[in-house]
Amino acid sequence: MNIIVSIKQVPDTTEVKIDPVTNTLVREGVPSIINPFDENAIECALQLVEKHGGKVTVITMGPPQAEQALRDALAMGADEAILVCDRAFAGSDTLATSYTLSQTVKKIADYDLIICGKQAFDGDTAQVGPGLAEHLGIPQVTYAIDLEVEGKKAKVKRLLSDRFEIVETRLPCLITVVKQMNEPRHGSLKNVMKARKKEIPSWTAEDIGADTGRCGLNGSPTNVVRVFAPQRHSQGERLEGEAAEVVEQLVGKLREKQVI
Amino acid sequence: MGIYIDIDKCTGCKLCVSACPYGAVEVVDGKARFTDDCTSCGACVGSCKFGAIVLEVQRKEEVDTSLYSGVWVLAETHDGKLADVTLELLSEGRKLADELVTEVSLVLAGQNVEGLAQIAAQYGADKVYLVEHETLAQYRTDPFTSVICGLINKHKPEIVLIGATTMGRDLASRIAARIGAGLTADCTGLAIDPETRLLQQTRPAFGGNVMATIQCRNARPQMSTVRPRVMKKAQPDASRTAEIIRETVNLNEKSIATKIIEIIKEEGTDAIDVQDAEIIVSGGRGLRKAENFALIRELAEVIGAAVGASRATVDAGWIPAYHQVGQTGKTVQPKLYIACGISGAVQHLAGMGSSDCIVAINSDPDAPIFGVAHYGIVGDLFEVVPALTRKLKQELGQ
Repeated sequence: MNIIVSIKQVPDTTEVKIDPVTNTLVREGVPSIINPFDENAIECALQLVEKHGGKVTVITMGPPQAEQALRDALAMGADEAILVCDRAFAGSDTLATSYTLSQTVKKIADYDLIICGKQAFDGDTAQVGPGLAEHLGIPQVTYAIDLEVEGKKAKVKRLLSDRFEIVETRLPCLITVVKQMNEPRHGSLKNVMKARKKEIPSWTAEDIGADTGRCGLNGSPTNVVRVFAPQRHSQGERLEGEAAEVVEQLVGKLREKQVI
Repeated sequence: MGIYIDIDKCTGCKLCVSACPYGAVEVVDGKARFTDDCTSCGACVGSCKFGAIVLEVQRKEEVDTSLYSGVWVLAETHDGKLADVTLELLSEGRKLADELVTEVSLVLAGQNVEGLAQIAAQYGADKVYLVEHETLAQYRTDPFTSVICGLINKHKPEIVLIGATTMGRDLASRIAARIGAGLTADCTGLAIDPETRLLQQTRPAFGGNVMATIQCRNARPQMSTVRPRVMKKAQPDASRTAEIIRETVNLNEKSIATKIIEIIKEEGTDAIDVQDAEIIVSGGRGLRKAENFALIRELAEVIGAAVGASRATVDAGWIPAYHQVGQTGKTVQPKLYIACGISGAVQHLAGMGSSDCIVAINSDPDAPIFGVAHYGIVGDLFEVVPALTRKLKQELGQ
């Protein structure tokens, strides 16, 4: 079984701040990591291949430094990695990104399953996985917490807000996974060494036969017109004293505000 | 933009005929062709085993934006009721439509859902596009995408809103990719630019550290998913009515790749969904162990609140992920949020920071949660929480 895992390199979001003067993102010194949900996707793929045989190919669209995320994926045990990198991809929104990834998958051609994390940690859109499935014309199953493959079918348990749903679909298909699915492994020493030496091809827009009118800014219907720091309301009120006393005060305030 | 059949590849197998919701494909002389009823919904593309049907995605520069008008809300239904987020979006859609001087329509797809049209009217809908079919009884990506893409292509709304729920995100992404629409996820604010008439979509990014305003200048429709509980539900107006436009679709279970085998609902007394709750009592690492969630449950029960939890407690296995509030959990905006023993990591604040009133109880005076709290109590939660429970019990006459 051949599995493609589509990953994203993201900044560690807890460290991203807005420069209060220029109102732009301060990204210097912010460490980059594999999107945490994508690690669950890689783990899921590795487990399936351990069970059924086959190989795991990890792909990412990004700048040259995104290669590090692919090396980290190889260290976890992925067999192949491909970087999709071209100036033409700059400024991609989720539609352009999913188109570009679909062209990459079409070039790889031989696959049974695509696995993605449920969403990226920085953008939080959850749009690229389904977009990729749509461009490829294959079924999607999102929010998977459990996945079994039997023959040409996938049986998936989905984690929804108030229920689980068990669905069955045909292969090839695209699955997005939630973090509760598994515990991503750390790279073994052997794989870490191998990952360091492994050659990672870098494919351009031309390599994947992409229509550059559908890539990057050209292919993105949405654009960001403004970024700003969120407004936090001013310092709240501190209530002090013995438990009984502060509780008395608090209930009075909440009554006054009519929230209880 | 358009859809066409590659005659050389077509074998006349008729799979596309049964896959078409709009009955718009026929096979003549061994080759498929589209009739005038074709909506370019794309349902047939995936059904063709020979790659003979090609759907061309519209390019943004090709779109005549003047052809698009009206605000649409895509309905989400649960157990025969409209989801709250749908009512919130109808209320918000009404405001946007009034600014644009246009109509609000609800797209209501399901089985036996006609009765909900009247409720939609009360919350602001002028029209309801009603699509009823047994294959639409439960939400599934494929048939919903095809049916709604067909309606969008036919009626051309300028704005399409849907809840940023598991269903809404799954569906909206697929629709947008099929028709080349601009889609903005998880909006927390929507407004119309009076000069350009463009929808200004504001959303948090980078774990809530940054807000971004996004617009979609050329492509149509402008699509947004909106988090539940972000928009305010209007007061229902019982005198309003909506025109019902019934759309007949012809769906075939055999053409749908995905089957739902089983639905398992989580059992338990404290399973009020945090997203539906007006009051949430949340517990964090300060509780020290799983058993101490009993303190949180007790307080929640007294005031009819849902039980929330921080990521740390879910990761530690103290409570199911269903309760998790935050960037990787659920976004909530209750009237009252009581955070007990939660330090307030950015991920958590991203999920609850816009609650109307926030109370924080924490022993660490420097905990970031106090930065967003309206009322902060620095103290031992093991004393304060039970005292609060007792006091409220007394106040509420229990």
